[in-house]
Amino acid sequence: MQAPNTQPIRVMIAKVGLDGHDRGVKIVARCLRDAGMDVIYTGLHRTPEEVALAAVQEDVDILGISILSGAQMTVFPRVLELLRGQHGSDIAVVGGGVMPDEDVVELKRMGVSEVLLQDTPPQAIVESMRRLVRERGPR
Amino acid sequence: MGRAVPPLALVQQVLEGRLTAVARMITHAESGEEACHEALAEIYRHTGKAHVVGITGVPGSGKSALVTRLCKALRAGGRSVGVIAVDPSSPFSGGSILGDRIRMNELVTDPGVFIRSMATRGALGGLARASLSGVDILDAAGYDVVLIETVGVGQDEIDVVQAVHTTLVVSAPGLGDDIQAIKAGVLEIADIHVVGKCDRSDAHRTVTDLKNMLAMGHRNSQGYGWQVPLIPTSSVSGEGIPELLTAIDGHLEALTSSGELEQRRRRIAQTRLLKSAENILRDQFQRHHDRQISELTDRMMSGRTHPHAAAQTLLNQFRSERKP
Ligand code: B12
Ligand SMILES: Nc1nc2c(ncn2[C@@H]2O[C@H](COP(=O)(O)OP(=O)(O)OP(=O)(O)O)[C@@H](O)[C@H]2O)c(=O)[nH]1
Ligand SMILES: [Mg+2]
Repeated sequence: MQAPNTQPIRVMIAKVGLDGHDRGVKIVARCLRDAGMDVIYTGLHRTPEEVALAAVQEDVDILGISILSGAQMTVFPRVLELLRGQHGSDIAVVGGGVMPDEDVVELKRMGVSEVLLQDTPPQAIVESMRRLVRERGPR
Repeated sequence: MGRAVPPLALVQQVLEGRLTAVARMITHAESGEEACHEALAEIYRHTGKAHVVGITGVPGSGKSALVTRLCKALRAGGRSVGVIAVDPSSPFSGGSILGDRIRMNELVTDPGVFIRSMATRGALGGLARASLSGVDILDAAGYDVVLIETVGVGQDEIDVVQAVHTTLVVSAPGLGDDIQAIKAGVLEIADIHVVGKCDRSDAHRTVTDLKNMLAMGHRNSQGYGWQVPLIPTSSVSGEGIPELLTAIDGHLEALTSSGELEQRRRRIAQTRLLKSAENILRDQFQRHHDRQISELTDRMMSGRTHPHAAAQTLLNQFRSERKP
């Protein structure tokens, strides 16, 4: 039974562009749900515009984007820019999938809050989400 | 959006239709926190302009796809649309995967459409606790039409009908026993019947079955002179969507000209009152009476009391503790 005033963490999980690898996101969506979070899944083949606007309308705490196509260095900067333009910059952007370490460093410098690559255990993903919301504080 | 803006400070922006303010206000409403009530009261004063339409039907009947089609048709006619899409929470973790949006992505970049997903969080009847506050917020923000997609329901415990002007019940072929599986109670709440997926070859059977069932004494004309129509639609081809939109507008027209609209408004107001009372009571119980509940449960387990007597004791304790 839920205590009446504890808000579940809201997370949007998105796949952007032509990337059709969706095994990982489905696992992530389920493990976040099983940790008590509300997970909005956008489905495949979204554009950065769709994802950023949807995240603002849904007022999510976290926007998670999964990329296994190599498009991370175009997708993330665009989404961050769009979120800023939509007054959505208090939404934490989290990345996942397959990408080289030097990209991860660069993405974090740009403002991606966390990047969790293959073989991250579900519990670690859950913990990261909780930590990001805790660090942000109430809004 | 700045950090920790109090809900009341957002009201003006909600009334101006600012996207971020509308989105955040719905979050406040979902939290049920004390601070949101004053803001929601202010918003409530500005409601009453939108046509509120409920869309219900068994799981997988095509509600979300239909909502997408309806939004597009309404937009083509120059009307703005707010959508509240409700999906179930997991009874085990309290979490949810909200998937209605998957079918609605193409609408997102249209500034005349606002879509919000909500989890039921244990609420029964096909809606979430904050769904109706969400409707208020979208109404006050100026959306011409507000659509509520309920969770897939097949039983007759449906709250949406008590909360909207127009109820659509969606049936579709290929869902097992389909029509037979829908309880009479669900069929009777329809102001408009939709048979979705009529691009499928087995759809005509669903239409016939439904017609037969409706002919078998289920209410199909309502007191105020509205004949409940049955409209086959396809969200794939778009067939039947213009007819559906005409029927939705026609229903509002019939409500208005017959005076039934006032009746429904009153019914909605009453639903809101009772639901709010229920929510307040449930919160107070959960917050302050855990110990009593647990003690009384112990006594029931050891056979020293029975449910009705235990409930009386609980309510008496509750009343005596309340300061007037
Ligand atoms: C399975 C697979 C496929 C399947 C996909 C099935 C499906 N529906 O998902 C199929 C066969 C269809 C496929 C096709 C292709 N694939 Co492939 N595929 C893989 C493979 C072997 C495993 C991916 C996988 O499912 N892993 C298991 C899941 C659970 O792990 P995961 O997705 O990484 O997710 C975990 C974490 O990353 C993280 N995570 C993921 N997303 C998110 C999101 C958030 C918010 C968070 C917090 C965490 C998170 O959490 C998960 C759990 O730990 C990888 C190789 C690899 N080692 O990754 C190649 C790989 C991804 N594929 C690759 C390629 C090139 C292709 C193709 C282009 C091949 C081709 N030439 O046709 C096509 C493209 C298809 C398309 N439209 O996108 C390359 C990509 C190279 C790159 N990025 O530059 C890889 C890396 C193989 C390689 N080494 O070359 N592929
Ligand atoms: N052929 C056909 N398939 C449809 C149509 N509408 C929806 N579908 C399919 O039916 C399935 C369910 O559609 P949804 O719109 O998600 O149904 P829903 O009633 O919203 O489902 P829940 O929200 O889970 O109860 C999907 O696979 C759709 O692609 C239609 O008009 N024709
Ligand atoms: Mg749906």
